Amino acid sequence: MTEHNDIDHVSGKATTGHQWDGIKELNTPLPRWWVITFYITIVWAIGYWIVYPAWPMLRSHTTGILHYSSRAEVAVELANLEKIRGDKMVALGAAPLAEIEKDPALLALARARGKTVFGDNCAPCHGSGAAGAKGYPNLNDDDWLWGGTLDQILQTIQYGARSGHAKTHESAMLAFGKEGVLKRDQIVTVANYVRSLSGLPTSPGYDASAGAKIFADNCTACHGDAGKGNQELGAPNLTDKIWLYGSDEATLVETITNGRAGVMPAWVGRLDPSTIKALAVYVHSLGGGK
Amino acid sequence: MNKPVNPIELQFEDDGPLYAARKKVYPQSVSGTFRRIKWGLMAFCLGVYYLLPFVRWNRGLGAPDQAVLVDLPNSRFYFFFIELWPQEVYYFTGLLILAAIALFLMNSVGGRIWCGYLCPQTVWTDLFYAVERFVEGDRRERMRKDVAGGSFTPRRVAELALKHSIWLLIAWWTGGAWVLYFNDAPTLVKQLATFQAPMLAYIWIAILTATTYVLAGFMREQVCVYMCPWPRIQAALTDEWALNVTYKYDRGEKRTSLKKANELRALGEQVGDCIDCYQCVAVCPTGIDIRDGAQLDCIQCGLCIDACDTVMTKIGRETRLIGYDNDINIHRRQAGKPPIYRIVRPRTITYVCMIVGVGAIMLYALLTRTLLDVNVLHDRNPVAVKLSDGSIRNAYTVRLLNKRGFDRVIAIDIDGPHNATIHVVGVDSVTPDRPAIILGRDQTTELRVLVTAPAENNSEKSVPIRFRVTDIGLGEVASTTDNFVTP
Repeated sequence: MTEHNDIDHVSGKATTGHQWDGIKELNTPLPRWWVITFYITIVWAIGYWIVYPAWPMLRSHTTGILHYSSRAEVAVELANLEKIRGDKMVALGAAPLAEIEKDPALLALARARGKTVFGDNCAPCHGSGAAGAKGYPNLNDDDWLWGGTLDQILQTIQYGARSGHAKTHESAMLAFGKEGVLKRDQIVTVANYVRSLSGLPTSPGYDASAGAKIFADNCTACHGDAGKGNQELGAPNLTDKIWLYGSDEATLVETITNGRAGVMPAWVGRLDPSTIKALAVYVHSLGGGK
Repeated sequence: MNKPVNPIELQFEDDGPLYAARKKVYPQSVSGTFRRIKWGLMAFCLGVYYLLPFVRWNRGLGAPDQAVLVDLPNSRFYFFFIELWPQEVYYFTGLLILAAIALFLMNSVGGRIWCGYLCPQTVWTDLFYAVERFVEGDRRERMRKDVAGGSFTPRRVAELALKHSIWLLIAWWTGGAWVLYFNDAPTLVKQLATFQAPMLAYIWIAILTATTYVLAGFMREQVCVYMCPWPRIQAALTDEWALNVTYKYDRGEKRTSLKKANELRALGEQVGDCIDCYQCVAVCPTGIDIRDGAQLDCIQCGLCIDACDTVMTKIGRETRLIGYDNDINIHRRQAGKPPIYRIVRPRTITYVCMIVGVGAIMLYALLTRTLLDVNVLHDRNPVAVKLSDGSIRNAYTVRLLNKRGFDRVIAIDIDGPHNATIHVVGVDSVTPDRPAIILGRDQTTELRVLVTAPAENNSEKSVPIRFRVTDIGLGEVASTTDNFVTP
C-alpha cells in the first residue's frame, strides 16, 4: 500500500501507485463480502484443526476432540456389511442344495460368495480360475475323481481327500515299483497299455497282450476291467483325455513306480456350512458338474 | 513519495483499499418492449420449473408415470418418451455440448442475452425485485427508506417482515419444486405435508431455500459480476458483429440538459440526443452506466433501452439511442453509411451446423437405441477347457438387458464352431437345446453360458462366435460376437 492521491485520468479511479512499463495498476479492491468469506474460511480451518485429526506429530498425530477415525468408520461399515450378508447367507444355508441353481437370486449369491471364498482358500492349489495344475485337478472340466454331482462335490469339500478327517476320501495308488510288485520292464509295458486305453500311441516293440495281462492282474481292482476308473475309490478313468499328472510314458512310469497320493484338506469346521454350500454350487457351476 | 502505511489501519476504513463495500442497487420499475419480453420469459421459465414435475406420462403398469423423473434409487432417468439407463449418460454429455454451443450461438448473435433473459440468477432476482417493489415501493421510496434505516417504525418493520416472508415463501417453493423431480411429485407433496418424507428431501429443500433466498435476495448482481465465469469467457468468445446493448454515442454526444440542448441547437451547435437524465442508470439491475460502453457487469437485459425509449418519446426524439447494436455500425453511421446487421456469418453458421450435427448424432443414437441388449465377456481363467472326451468348452458371462417395462422370455442361440452346443448354468432342465430364460422388466441379468465344441474341429486356434438373444414374444433380436478359443 502506498500513500498517494494518484487518480487515473481515463477511468477516474484511484491507482495503487504501482507502475510497470508506464502502465499503472488501478486500485480495484475486493468486495467486502468476499473478504469476510475469506476470513470465515480461515476460522473454519482452525475449527477443523481442533475438531478433526489434523497435525502430524513425530510419532503420531493430533486426534482432534471428536476422535474421528476413518479406520473406525470402515470397521463399522464392514460390520454392517457382514450383518446384511448374514441374512442372505442364512437363506442360502436353508435352501436344499439342488434348488439353489434353479433360483437365479440364490445362484447369483452362491456364485459370488463361492468365487470370493475360492480365491481365498482354494486358489493356491487349484488356481484362481480353478484350472488346476499338474496333480491338482482342473475343476472346470467334466472328469471327477470323487464324483461331480452337487452332493459329491460338497462331500469332497467338507472332508477332503486323505486329509486325516474321519470321513475323508481314502485311497492310494500303490507304489508298484518301489514296493517291488512290478519290475521296471513290466511297468513300461503296462504304461504303454494304459496309453493305448485312451487312444494314445505306444512305443515300438511293445507287447500288447503282456500289458493287458499285467493290467488285469494288478490294476483292475481299482480302475476296473476296462480302465474306466471308480469314483468310490477315487480311481481315475484311464480311457479319457484328461490326465491329472500327465499322459506321457515317463510320467506314467513314475506314477506306477512311486504311486500317487494327493491331499485335499477338509474344510468342515474351517468354513461355515453355508459358505461350503456356496463353494460347492460355485464349483459345480464352473461347468463340469454332473 | 511512497510513504509506507500500516495496512492494519487501512482495514478499518469503510472504503479502505482492502475491500470495496457494495453499493446497493435500487433498480427503478420500467415498462417497454424488453420488459414485456422479460416478464414473458420469466413466466415461461418459472412455469416450466414449478409445474413440470406434475406432468404425467403413461408408461404402463408398474412404471413411474411422471413425465420428468430422476429415479436415483433405481438409477433411471425418465424424460417423456425416453427412459435412460446409467450406461447411457452420454446423452447428458450430448445435451451439455448442445447447451454450450447454443450459448455460444446466442452470444455471437446477441451478446449476453442468456444472462439478461434466461439465466436462473436473473429470473429469480427479477422476481425478488418485483416483490420488493410491490412491498416497499419504487426506487426513490426504497432509497429514502434505506437512508432512514435507523427509524424502524412499526410500518417499516411490517414491510420488511412481509417482504422477507414472501421471499422465503418463493425460495421455499423453489427448493420444494427441486425435490419433486426426484420422486413421484403428488406422493412426495403428500409426504412433505404430513412430515413423512425422507430426511434427504427436507435437507435439499432447506439448502435450495437458503441459496435462493441469499442469491436472489441479497447477492443479486454480485453473482454476475464476481462469481459467474461466463462474463470472462464471453468476453473472449464474442466478436465485433455481436449485437450488444450499446449506447450510440454517435447521436448521443455531447450530453446536456434538454433546455440547454434546445438553446445550443438553436445556435446551430452540435448536441446529442442524450439529455443526461440518468434513467438508463436508474433502471439497471447491476447499477452500471451503459453510456460507458460495453462492460463486464452488463447482463444485456435491455431495460435501459426501454427507459431511454420512454424518455426519447417524451422529448420527441428518435428512439433507440440505446439499443442492440455494435461499434461497427456506430462508425458506419458516423461516416454517413447505413448500418448493416450480420446475423448470418461464418461464426453463427458454424455454431448452427454444430448444433444440427450434435443434435442429429443424438437423435440417431436415440432412434437406434436397443431395448434388448446383450454383452458377452469371455472367461479368461481358463480361456478354454478340455473335456474328458476331448471336446473343448469355453465359458462366457452373458449379460442381458431388458429395457422394456414388462417381463420377457428370451431365448439364447449361438452361431459358432461346427456342432457346438450351448448350456446355461441354472436353466438346463427347461430347454437344453435352446436355453430360454425369463428376463424381468427393466432389469439386467447375468448368465454363465458354456459352449462346447466336439473334438473334430479343433484345428483352428480361435473361431468367431455370435450370441443371439431373441424375445420369443416380440421377435426382437440382439446379438454380439466373441471368440471361441482352443487351448
